Amino acid sequence: MSNNKKKKLTPTQQEYQQLAQRIEPKRPVLKNCLKAFLIGGLICLVGQCIQMSFVEWGGFDKKEAGNPTVAILILISVILTGLGVYDKIAQWAGAGSAVPVTGFANSMASAAIEHRAEGLVLGVGGKMFKLAGPVIVFGVVAAFVIGILHMIFNPELAAGGGK
Amino acid sequence: MLQGTQSWSFKNKPSILSTAAVVGPFEGQGPLANDFDRIHGELMLGQESWEKAERALLEESTQLACEKANVRKEQVQFLLAGDLMDQITSSSFAASTLGIPFLGLFGACSTSMESLALAALFVNSGAAHYALAATCSHNATAEKQFRYPTEYGSQKPPTAQYTVTGSGAALVSDKGIGGPHVTAATIGRVIDMGISDPFNMGAAMAPAAVDTIEAHFRDFNRLPGYYDLIITGDLSKVGHQIAIELLDKHKIPMHQTEFKDCGMMIYNYETQQVQAGASGCACSAVVTYGHLMKKVTSGELKRILVVGTGALLSPISFQQGNSIPCIAHAVAIESGVT
Repeated sequence: MSNNKKKKLTPTQQEYQQLAQRIEPKRPVLKNCLKAFLIGGLICLVGQCIQMSFVEWGGFDKKEAGNPTVAILILISVILTGLGVYDKIAQWAGAGSAVPVTGFANSMASAAIEHRAEGLVLGVGGKMFKLAGPVIVFGVVAAFVIGILHMIFNPELAAGGGK
Repeated sequence: MLQGTQSWSFKNKPSILSTAAVVGPFEGQGPLANDFDRIHGELMLGQESWEKAERALLEESTQLACEKANVRKEQVQFLLAGDLMDQITSSSFAASTLGIPFLGLFGACSTSMESLALAALFVNSGAAHYALAATCSHNATAEKQFRYPTEYGSQKPPTAQYTVTGSGAALVSDKGIGGPHVTAATIGRVIDMGISDPFNMGAAMAPAAVDTIEAHFRDFNRLPGYYDLIITGDLSKVGHQIAIELLDKHKIPMHQTEFKDCGMMIYNYETQQVQAGASGCACSAVVTYGHLMKKVTSGELKRILVVGTGALLSPISFQQGNSIPCIAHAVAIESGVT
């Protein structure tokens, strides 16, 4: 907890928080990292196999195979979400199943299923990006900032402009 | 009537004519399955939405309580009910179906004991002959409102709790002879110890439970040994352990009695993935009205003190970084068996 926040607490509250913190079971961070590494890696391995299959049998080159690979991973994730399995896997895998593209697909599919009862427009349409929205917003903002930095510090651009 | 500073003693001995506990499938797999009146096979209960399913649970438990006591719902003067949904819609919609004059309550998960205390007060004072106290919660509606979509893959920390799907109702009346009776109630203060993590509600609620338990003993000049069992609502593993330490620190001799928590009794920690334990309005309601009342009626437990605990947060309050204010209400139930 930040010091700023701590200042607002009374001494009794601070004392209590110390007691509570001593008793609370901590998140097993190291174990969670290991699990995330294993499952996250496994998802990437599956993705790699799909991509290689497209190159081997689909007649795609390596770059072209990227898009259909992602589409298949998303499809698998959405199906697992619909079957009610993805959240079970996630409780074990943590960041391993949240960070890859499958996690992004899960966040949208789960919100869409959840809010279906509120109708197609305000429910599914409106609430689908409830969790994925921030990722997109801040992803775009970050890309914009990096783009500007790239323009400023890129020696080729900085030297002569549109050479 | 008023006893001490914040308690009521019910001299006219309002009795609990009947109770009913209805639960969902996950609770039906737990160790208390045999004590529930009805276990539903699926979370939707054949309705179109989780919210409608939650209402149906409340309608069922209240109707069942009336049936068991052989009382028509027209004879019931007041329904006191509440739940976790915004604007307590589950209760109001169920009350609209039931047609019983209704007072909506909100005490988060302490609503079970808040409603029982008020129902007993009504009956004790002659304001009602029959009063129904009821509450309900649904895992999916609570997750949807307070946390993430149910199918969203987020890893819950070990302090998280699992909201019970179910509903409990008790019919309190002046007509019952022989008990079990509601003999006392202590209304709690709102306590905020600065915990702001909504995945750690046990730790947030424990000080409220301790405050109410202490107030109860002070108001009635009693010791824990007066009761065969003192049970809190939904502190679960983390909160229960904190409560034990706090009571010990405050020199309350809890070793005189058995001290348990409803949130640690519904699920099987080995086989069911519930982290710290159970929570929700229905948690203390189904354990008390299903499991404990059977023991009180049979005389196995003579006197129990049920301390319903509630975390009074809203999705907006915690997103704005506020800490979680909590409350606890205690109700003493005594068996008529001597």
